[in-house]
Amino acid sequence: MDIGTIICGVLLFIGCFFILVASVGVLRFPDFFTRIHPAGKTDTLGQACVLIGLIFYEGFDFISLKLLIIVVFLLVVNPTATYALANAAFISGVKPWKKGDKRQ
Amino acid sequence: MSFILTFILMLIFWVLLSGHFGLILVVSAVIFSLLVAYLSHDLLLGGVGLSSLIIKSVRFIAYLPWLFWEILLANFEVIYITLHPGMKIDPEVIEFDPALKTDVGITILANSITLTPGTVTIEAGKKSGFKVHSLTKGADLTEMVTKVKWIEGEE
Repeated sequence: MDIGTIICGVLLFIGCFFILVASVGVLRFPDFFTRIHPAGKTDTLGQACVLIGLIFYEGFDFISLKLLIIVVFLLVVNPTATYALANAAFISGVKPWKKGDKRQ
Repeated sequence: MSFILTFILMLIFWVLLSGHFGLILVVSAVIFSLLVAYLSHDLLLGGVGLSSLIIKSVRFIAYLPWLFWEILLANFEVIYITLHPGMKIDPEVIEFDPALKTDVGITILANSITLTPGTVTIEAGKKSGFKVHSLTKGADLTEMVTKVKWIEGEE
């Protein structure tokens, strides 16, 4: 095992952990707006970690450059998609959950 | 000006994605870059001078390390809140007007807010101002607004 494979394994593990926690968060949080938080944020770092891990596995050539481009696009696109979802819900009149309300 | 810049950017992007330099590929790269640049040069860099573009790009790259650090903190905070058995959340909607003038500034600020501690942008615009949904009370966004205004050069 060389050092690249080890770094790749560690980053893949961290990425999978983030994505797992995001899924738990989507199930645990009480309403739409709070569920968007783990889905939009923790996923971004999880996916970025997985892809950067694959860059270390691949070594530095054209393929890892393409992976890096995907990471950059994810960092731009993911918050934009989250914003589109939240804005659509807000416009159609979804009331944000307040402390003490029942779960939806 | 923006036509030539878009053409060069598209050509670099093509070369990065293809990685081959055969005659037919290079010729089609030039043709399609010209086509895309002709159709959409006013969308990508519409009406911005070269010097201000370079200054803004450099400032944006200087802003990135701070942003990544904040993203890391955001993720650990969301993980802590998610896995805490007591579910210590107290959501609120914050409204404020950052007084940004350009679309690029609004986009950068809205995406940065979504990526950082416990906050998601639910409305952003020049007229409507910003509405931000926060997981916990007392989220402080003034530092980020100041930094984005610095990128825009509005101070």
